[in-house]
Amino acid sequence: MERSTHACACAGCSEQNEEQMLAQLDDILTDYVNKPGGLIPAMQTCQKMFGYLPKPVLKRISERFGKSYSEVAGVTSFYSFFSTVPRGKHMVRVCLGTACYVRGGKEVLRAIKKELAIDVGETTADRNFSLDVGRCFGACGLAPVIMVDDDVHQRVKPAKIGAILRLYADSEATPAEAELAK
Amino acid sequence: MVHVTINNEAITVPAGTTILEAAKQVGVKIPTLCHLEGQTPIGACRVCLVEVEGARTLSASCATPVAEGMVIQTHSRRARAARKMAVELLLSEHDGECQTCNRNQDCELQTLANEMSIQFVRYPGARARPILDQSTPGLVRDNSKCIKCRRCVTVCNSIQAVGALFPQGRGFDTVIGPAFTLDLDEVACVQCGQCAAVCPVGAISERDHTAGVWAALDDPQKYVVVQTAPAIRAALGECFDNEPGTLVTGKMVTALRRMGFNRVFDTNFAADLTIMEEGTELLTRLKRALVGKEEVALPMFTSCSPGWIKFAEYYHPDFLENLSTCKSPQQMFGAVAKTYYASKIGVRPEDMVVVSIMPCTAKKFECQRPEMNDSGVFDVDFALTTRELGKMIQEAGIDFNSLPDGKMDSILGMSSGAADIFANTGGVMEAALRTAYEIVTGRELPLENLHVKPLAGLEGIKLAALRIEDTLPAWEFLDGVELKVAVAHGLGNANRLIHAIKDGRQEVHFVEIMTCPGGCIGGGGQPRFTNDEVRQKRIQAIYAEDEGKQLRKSHENVEIQKVYEEFFGQPLSERSHHLLHTHYKQRELTKKK
Repeated sequence: MERSTHACACAGCSEQNEEQMLAQLDDILTDYVNKPGGLIPAMQTCQKMFGYLPKPVLKRISERFGKSYSEVAGVTSFYSFFSTVPRGKHMVRVCLGTACYVRGGKEVLRAIKKELAIDVGETTADRNFSLDVGRCFGACGLAPVIMVDDDVHQRVKPAKIGAILRLYADSEATPAEAELAK
Repeated sequence: MVHVTINNEAITVPAGTTILEAAKQVGVKIPTLCHLEGQTPIGACRVCLVEVEGARTLSASCATPVAEGMVIQTHSRRARAARKMAVELLLSEHDGECQTCNRNQDCELQTLANEMSIQFVRYPGARARPILDQSTPGLVRDNSKCIKCRRCVTVCNSIQAVGALFPQGRGFDTVIGPAFTLDLDEVACVQCGQCAAVCPVGAISERDHTAGVWAALDDPQKYVVVQTAPAIRAALGECFDNEPGTLVTGKMVTALRRMGFNRVFDTNFAADLTIMEEGTELLTRLKRALVGKEEVALPMFTSCSPGWIKFAEYYHPDFLENLSTCKSPQQMFGAVAKTYYASKIGVRPEDMVVVSIMPCTAKKFECQRPEMNDSGVFDVDFALTTRELGKMIQEAGIDFNSLPDGKMDSILGMSSGAADIFANTGGVMEAALRTAYEIVTGRELPLENLHVKPLAGLEGIKLAALRIEDTLPAWEFLDGVELKVAVAHGLGNANRLIHAIKDGRQEVHFVEIMTCPGGCIGGGGQPRFTNDEVRQKRIQAIYAEDEGKQLRKSHENVEIQKVYEEFFGQPLSERSHHLLHTHYKQRELTKKK
């Protein structure tokens, strides 16, 4: 279930004060707490809301769901889509699943690291981009694939990386969102 | 019923039986490192693979139920090779410094490698991340030894409802431990050590305190006294290849004396003392509620089990008023030894060292609680597990099995049968009823052999009711009252019982909680491996010890009577409040950083 929130997903939210953050959270969690399998959807919503999953948020989730903090942390750290560190405005994910790997995913990753001057799991100094790797986005026929936010870029070549990232460098919205806004 | 063939042997077993269980019935031992009886199989270790005719792949026998007509080969060439490879892969990432590992000669992985004749590991490769967690007084985690079998995760979550341990991350990099690979003291861990009891390797074990004990024994300036918990005498023998349930009380006393302890005393003495205080406390609470019409916290819960206490401090802070204020027998003993006994023999408390032998890792935590210093210094200096004592006896060169029986010293060494049964689930309640009933009515508990049958056995939650009639004049307000009691062991069961009480589904006056399944005889510090069969045998031994004594009731213990006469006056006196009672505090579930 998608849920609109008034909080933006930008990295600035990490500076939001903790009490405000937790107050917002309590409202949202109420929808999920008594549903079987509600934990992961709740975490997804929280990540959307805060841009990442801050530790105080995870602790509150564990209390509300009556699950131990270790269990909630275990779920968080199992899924690569969850992050416990603030992320940049745009999330760049490079697929290193088998098909993308054999078709040059590693070279694409190297080019992105060089272009952004960050390593996997890091965020650029201007907080515009974060970089992560994934294991198969389900688009093997289009390999190698990268995702920037919700956009899939297919048959990516290292030489095209600069141009792709520039699409996102200055805009708040993703091209898809920009398209919709027209 | 289902008909299957295992290694050419036909067998009929009930539907739902796993291949692993069925094989056991025809005398075939399939190895496993992750299986835990009674728990949902997870097939994590891949060490129990067998060949099922017609199946495309090998099957994990712990997680595969038999099917009609199934033909199984457990030790075919293919199955043996696959299992061997699984063990080799575990060995390849395992820190294999066996000689210096605390599980040397007591390690399921080591044993299995030997049984499979693995002389060489074909797979050199990455090792598990070496995280050494020594943050808590009771337990040490060494991730470099972990084989990710997840037994500890199962006991911590499904049996104990604590949830301190959970797999963090994924794949090869998975770490079995607290949230985000924090240290154990940064999450809610009750130190029960059930994880250490089921760990097949040396990844979680009790914190070793034997060095401090050796140092005290070797120091001529120190007067070293030892106390042994009720559950030790029914389990220590297993460290020396005796059958589970072999009573070794006398040999244990002799061994401790030969090791050089100045006095060999008994936690059982303090268990009798606990009954005097706790029984009186219960009757006082009932009187205030029934006669004074006061708001009194009832039901009252026992407070002997430090894992349970810490659990309540984390998860049921609204019930802390309901916990008996009595210290545990371990701590009562320490406080009495370093005050009453020390002054009796002219030793300063700071020159006395109190060592306790416990079936428990949480006792290591308990004796370091900052408030446990009513003698002016820590009342108990070292708590050792049964396993640690076993190793010390070996190190001292004592041939345990050939020892003559010895007797506990006086005056803190005498105990009743009621104290013995503190070792098992239902025992503290029965001991309390033996005394409380007699105080109130002047008559002996009217039950066969003084046993409260509904409270015995391994059922998770047990209930009993006892009608009180023809009371002594002082206790008239209890005449006709039906005293309702409940017993739970294993914190998951305790949790269920408490929720039933909170929701008003269960009306009860007095509740016994023991942290570990089976009670202290199944404690986290007992010899491995403890399953229900072993628990039953140890419990039988404890009841035999109880029934073998003339003295069956705590209040008839003449040493207890003497200590009240000379020192405390009466139960709940000012001095006993000061030395034998304590308080509890709410704990945060996670440490604020």
